[in-house]
Amino acid sequence: MDSALIPEGVNRCPIWKFLLAIAITSVVLLWGVYAMLLIYMKGLNQTNMNNAYGFALWIWADLAVIALGGGAFFTGLLRYIFGLDELKNIINYAVLIGFICYSSALLILGIDVGQPLRGWFIFWHANVHSMLTEVAFCLTCYFMVLTIEYIPLVLENRQIDRVPFFHNLSHNMHEIMAVFAATGAFLSFFHQGSLGGVSGVLFGRPFGFREHVLVWPWTFFLFTWSAAACGPCFTILITKITEAVSKKRLVKDNVYDLLAKIAGWMLTGYVIAKIIDTIYWATTTVPSMGFHFMQFYSNNALYGPWILITEVIICGALPALILINPKSRQNPKLLVIAVTLAAVGVSLNRWVMVLQVLAAPVLTFQEWVLYYPSWQEVATTILPVAYGVIMILISFRYMPIFPQEKELNPIEPPLSTAAVEETEEAPAEAAETAAEPELKPAEA
Amino acid sequence: MLPFSFEWVWDMGHYVFHGGLWYALSILGMGMTYCILKAAYDTAKGKGRHHH
Repeated sequence: MDSALIPEGVNRCPIWKFLLAIAITSVVLLWGVYAMLLIYMKGLNQTNMNNAYGFALWIWADLAVIALGGGAFFTGLLRYIFGLDELKNIINYAVLIGFICYSSALLILGIDVGQPLRGWFIFWHANVHSMLTEVAFCLTCYFMVLTIEYIPLVLENRQIDRVPFFHNLSHNMHEIMAVFAATGAFLSFFHQGSLGGVSGVLFGRPFGFREHVLVWPWTFFLFTWSAAACGPCFTILITKITEAVSKKRLVKDNVYDLLAKIAGWMLTGYVIAKIIDTIYWATTTVPSMGFHFMQFYSNNALYGPWILITEVIICGALPALILINPKSRQNPKLLVIAVTLAAVGVSLNRWVMVLQVLAAPVLTFQEWVLYYPSWQEVATTILPVAYGVIMILISFRYMPIFPQEKELNPIEPPLSTAAVEETEEAPAEAAETAAEPELKPAEA
Repeated sequence: MLPFSFEWVWDMGHYVFHGGLWYALSILGMGMTYCILKAAYDTAKGKGRHHH
């Protein structure tokens, strides 16, 4: 039914399967939309945020998806600025994932501000002393960059590409994509960093506070570094999931290997820097503010030393070791384990830097304040996941996202055509072909 | 956001923040304008009509 829209030379599932998948995901999406409407109509009292938790599940989700979407800027930087040509085979998907992540972050912020109609205030009445102003500026501009990077993919749809203007526009955008990619890298460096800087400058909250270089606390650099390391891991993870769901190979192993190697070395550097930062913070910064390190990991039901060990060792050092070792990263199962751990690790880091910072007591008469989200917060946080799945389903079906897909999954010509062609030349061979219809394209 | 806004002050904070914002917006705006105008020019010249 929609075969005219599907890229040439690739196979896609029947339309009913595609529509069924969209319908099932839409149920989850509608649940999130219902919760979102409740929040818009009844206000932020639908959440479990309170005076202790001005930042909660939504801000964690924001920071996590922005870090995980970092694959777009870092892969773009490697491809367009450092000229790693192999990455052209995965950059489209990295852009799509980045686009989904950043649009999700903006959607969540649109709910979190409570008054989305006043969203433009942060631009017009900008507080130029706030790191969050820089985040708002860079986030908006970088979303524009991602949209610009995503547009050529849409224009390359088989039918849209037939229109000469759109074909030329897509071609021209590709030609100067390096300019957009460089702008995106510049913007990403600052907003990823400033998101980390927000907790790093909180001198009233010693758990988050860090020493500075000029106006930038160490968390500024750690956040950018971790996003550059774990963003590509998330891109690899989602690509592997897409391969598993579509039952196809979409990207060649050498591309995975290159991206995994770079991500592995970035992650190694990040983990070393994070360990140094944690030791300095625990032995110098925290005592200088009248606290003891273990005060932040005891006397409460949730936050113990396990969270630090899980974040830095299990989800940091371990995946880094797997990824920098050629033998282990070339093992498909270990690769998936490593990139999954890295994605979990960076999400856990964002949780700690948003929620544990707010949970820890800062005065002698205070207790730990723990928080659990309301169902409305959970539903609106799952909403972008459903939206992302739908975006991937549509984009994968109708856009030529993976340049190597055709080569890796050659399609057998339709049986009738093949039979006619071969009957003319070799009737015996045609009969043999017809006798083996159960062969899959790759096997054929 | 703009110098004629009543709260605008010519200080370092505004130079850095808004300078960065307008710099990025200018690059994106000029880049896209170039792409669209060149696409219109190329189309008028008949480019891209026979690629299928």
